[in-house]
Amino acid sequence: MGRVSTPAPIELDEPETDEVTELDRPWVTIVWNDPVNLMSYVAYVFKSYFGYSDSKAHELMMRVHNDGRAVVSSGPREEMERHVQAMHEYGLWATLQREDA
Amino acid sequence: MRAFERRKRGRVRGEFEPAEAALLVNLLSQIVELLRDRNGPEESSPDPLFGQLGATGSSLPPDDPVLRRLLPDAYRDDDEAAGDFRRFTERSLSSAKVENAQAVVASLAAGGFDLEDPERSEDPVEVELGDRAVQAWLRALTDVRLALAVRLGIESEEDAEAAADSDDEAVSVVVDIYEWLGFVQDSLVQVLD
Repeated sequence: MGRVSTPAPIELDEPETDEVTELDRPWVTIVWNDPVNLMSYVAYVFKSYFGYSDSKAHELMMRVHNDGRAVVSSGPREEMERHVQAMHEYGLWATLQREDA
Repeated sequence: MRAFERRKRGRVRGEFEPAEAALLVNLLSQIVELLRDRNGPEESSPDPLFGQLGATGSSLPPDDPVLRRLLPDAYRDDDEAAGDFRRFTERSLSSAKVENAQAVVASLAAGGFDLEDPERSEDPVEVELGDRAVQAWLRALTDVRLALAVRLGIESEEDAEAAADSDDEAVSVVVDIYEWLGFVQDSLVQVLD
């Protein structure tokens, strides 16, 4: 029996781990700031399309305005694709992606 | 233009000078032309199922910067997903925008604007909009503003201020139209809230 060696650090299979968490993460619809759309219109879209309250719609609009972007919805990919398409019809600049880890 | 006002049964009323109506029709028809140049007329597909599947669209974003803004990528950092999404959805988005533009023109025509002979329109054009028309107006006004902003090079708040302060006569004419459209749209949003 040889001497007890320092155990080698366990090699984690990083990509695979990522993939598991990747699948757990929901999709999100992001609306990006643009200098064209009126603040009143953006808040109106959030209120009328997503059914958000006045205060939530206003808060999201301000987040888009101040932070340059805001997550306006999360859920299954297909649903987010529908939302993005709807936002594009309203003329808002929207994309979908996995929620940030 | 007189600001929009709320009428009975949720209807909304607005009034435009003939020259304003002519301007709107002109700008909207430019948008329609751009969209059709890319995606063809809406009824171009003889097979309705084929049209519904919409699998014929391009997966590449348009070269024209106005079209790229009207028909943006749905995925920011994934060209393949963006291309797939575009291929299956761009035509219906484009058709929706054409229909919105046409609905606005139809409202103006219903309000007395003479599309055949705009010069003959002398009286103010009175539009009365129901829910569907209101939605078409909101979206179509946005599309026209987005298009003008691209042509004015407005990509940031600073660009917008620079355009507004421009001494260039050609620029300030377009800026005036752009700001007027903003007023029209805001007036419409205000009566909906």
